Amino acid sequence: MIHLTHDQIDYAALTESVRSHDSGAVVLFLGTVRELTSGRRTVALDYDAYGPMAEAKLQDLEAEARRRWPVDQVAIVHRIGHLELGDVSVAVAVSCPHRHDAFEAARFLIDTLKVTVPIWKKENWSDGTTEWVHPDGAPTAENKVAPVRPLDLRNVSLPAAPK
Amino acid sequence: MKIEVRLFARARDAVGAERVTLELPAEARVGDLRAALAADYPKLAPLAHTLLVAVGTEYADDRSAVSPDSEIACFPPVSGG
Repeated sequence: MIHLTHDQIDYAALTESVRSHDSGAVVLFLGTVRELTSGRRTVALDYDAYGPMAEAKLQDLEAEARRRWPVDQVAIVHRIGHLELGDVSVAVAVSCPHRHDAFEAARFLIDTLKVTVPIWKKENWSDGTTEWVHPDGAPTAENKVAPVRPLDLRNVSLPAAPK
Repeated sequence: MKIEVRLFARARDAVGAERVTLELPAEARVGDLRAALAADYPKLAPLAHTLLVAVGTEYADDRSAVSPDSEIACFPPVSGG
């Protein structure tokens, strides 16, 4: 299920919608309105979208995720309009038989959404100014699509099991 | 031919309109559209090198064909999420 909405995102219902007996793993990602960006204070964000293309691109993303991972169900909802601090702007829920695939597919979906789906946010700064956010196109730490690679756990030390 | 272009985000604010109409030669391509947009709307100049063009619901490069039937949109890099 893919859609854009002006309403609050019911992420509990969205998460429930991807659960099934075929899946042992459900991953939910929420994007929320953050207060501080590089030391500047945000009071609200306004989101706009090119609706038909955004929905088509989200469908393409779902298809690509299904091509790469054994995805059971996918739900992506992006909110449009005026959002206050803490509001949920986007929710991505993915179910897969196993957790590694679910984490990787969810990460791919949100990372790729941020660089390909025609949606824009406008900052409303605490000094009263507003500013559209337009990444410069070159991948940066903020907007790059992270390569998905298997976790390397060889150097991870786990806490000792309780006696 | 007359081509209507939808604008979004900073491009819309710079021009002050949600849609503009361009006059392009027959068989024009997206590169021609981009040049005409910059010529007719100098306020887009600072953004011009970053603008993306979509024909229908797909991103288009400068060689892509444009026709009066195409739904065309032009916008700066996206920032959803």
